[in-house]
Amino acid sequence: MRSAETYEISRKTSVVRLLKDKMAGSVMFAFTMISVLLLILIGFGLVIKSMPILEEKSLWELLCTSKWKPMRGDFGFLPFIMGTLWVTGIAIIWTLPVSLFTAVFLTENSRSWVKKVVFPALDILAGLPSVVYGVWGILVVVPWISDRLAPHFVEYSTGYSTLTAGIVLGIMVLPLLISLFVELFSSVPQEFRDASLSLGATRWQTTKYVLLKKTFPGIVASVTLAISRAMGETIAVLMVCGNIVQLPASLFDGCYPLPALLANNYGEMLSLPLYESALMLAALILFVVVFVFNIGSRLLLRKIERSLT
Amino acid sequence: MKLKFIEEKLMKGVMLLTTLLVFLFVGSILYTIVRNGWAAMSWEMISSLPGGGFYIGKEGGLLNAIVGSLYIVGASTVLGLAVSIPVVFYLNVYLKKNSKRAAWARLAYDVLFGIPSIVYGAFAFTIMISLGLKTSLGGGIIVITLLIIPIFIRTMDEIARELPQDMLNASYSLGSTRFETIKVVIRQIAPGIATATLLSIGRAIGDAAAVLFTAGYTDSIPTSLGQPAATLPLAVFFQLSSPIPEVQERAYAAALMLTVIVLVLSLLGRIITNRFSKNKI
Repeated sequence: MRSAETYEISRKTSVVRLLKDKMAGSVMFAFTMISVLLLILIGFGLVIKSMPILEEKSLWELLCTSKWKPMRGDFGFLPFIMGTLWVTGIAIIWTLPVSLFTAVFLTENSRSWVKKVVFPALDILAGLPSVVYGVWGILVVVPWISDRLAPHFVEYSTGYSTLTAGIVLGIMVLPLLISLFVELFSSVPQEFRDASLSLGATRWQTTKYVLLKKTFPGIVASVTLAISRAMGETIAVLMVCGNIVQLPASLFDGCYPLPALLANNYGEMLSLPLYESALMLAALILFVVVFVFNIGSRLLLRKIERSLT
Repeated sequence: MKLKFIEEKLMKGVMLLTTLLVFLFVGSILYTIVRNGWAAMSWEMISSLPGGGFYIGKEGGLLNAIVGSLYIVGASTVLGLAVSIPVVFYLNVYLKKNSKRAAWARLAYDVLFGIPSIVYGAFAFTIMISLGLKTSLGGGIIVITLLIIPIFIRTMDEIARELPQDMLNASYSLGSTRFETIKVVIRQIAPGIATATLLSIGRAIGDAAAVLFTAGYTDSIPTSLGQPAATLPLAVFFQLSSPIPEVQERAYAAALMLTVIVLVLSLLGRIITNRFSKNKI
């Protein structure tokens, strides 16, 4: 009699427990879905908001003309797109070799104490807020460019230039690239290196012919990821790039990247017809580029990871 | 000497140089910020609100921005944790390893993590406008929460994926449900939660682009979610664009505060990872 009772009680509690398990599961599922949906929501929201200007003008006209007069309804995005491309391009061109060599040094050539010193430094670099980079850019890089570097090449430069923005942006991308490369190189099995070294190759030859060759697709993917990160960087670039609407003719000219356009004009965008829509189109362009670059590089990196392990 | 050995020496030298270059940057940034910031730092800067004529160089401090930043970071960290811990459990306990659904969700979080904060800000700003909301503390908290959720999830997920299946199985075999197994899991990923929190705080406190649109800027401390709030990064940004040297100095002071906060966070993160991780670098 008594045992049947306890059985009944434990059956009831187990029903409650299973119910709890199910309910918690569906709540968690909902949280997961909602957060994933955020991605789609942002994309759709931006498309809807930029519809008005796309209905009025062709995408080609918007992207490939360089007249920017919101008062008169001229919206040519070319200067901003070129600004973004120039700044990002400069940043990647100088950081790619620096981060490759540093990552090779860290994984292939250095002792463990070197890593213990370098990784915290990279941590700091990765953690510093964008405005701090901007302040440093204004205090250090801008005067250096205008007083030291620019006089050798052009008559006059304020120092607030495409090159300045590229340098500052590059330093911000460095920790990301180095950590991606270190991860990539560490995933190459030690046997590969041993095989090469035992054939009499030097360490650098091993790096060149085995490591870099083997990880080349991964390097491409990492650089793509870094590019997409660099393109969206706003405040630091905005502070040092000069913010002049023009197609930069030299590295010492000011430029005006897309994120800076957004950050500088959000306040007045409601006062003019189509202005809001134009700015949302700028955000949409950034979103699409980052989306495509991110998905592409992540899928590639995942495939590489699987093939190596 | 053979060519390959010369090349070896040369390349090693180049590698050493690039690594030193990284240190040079870190050193130069920290030195510049500390030197300029220290000169401008005073007790008044931390403890008082901007007075009359603050923006032409008269008395006052940055308390509005400090408190605003703390409000936004505190609230969004709590909200972010509340959303992302269930998601991480769902991905790692409820879904099987190698589940397709989990793989897609992880990809989505990777992309969300990569989306620039200015896009988050612009998106949130248009939503707020269409709802008739003004720039406010609440808006800032929401957009920063959205911004740090992917960081939370990615960082915690990385640790949670290392959970041995045997540990979950041991818990199941004692008769516990998946939900009850969470008690075991949470103890195991606690250091992961801690590092994720520190990372998110760092990102949340330093972000300027998203709050520029949503939180606005004000000279007073907000008393409700509907009022605008000042933040430290924007304090740096706005005051540096002033032509008056005294005002610019305050930007350096604010930048120093941000830098110190980030340094402390990164130090704490190091300590936590070193103490809890078995395989150190």
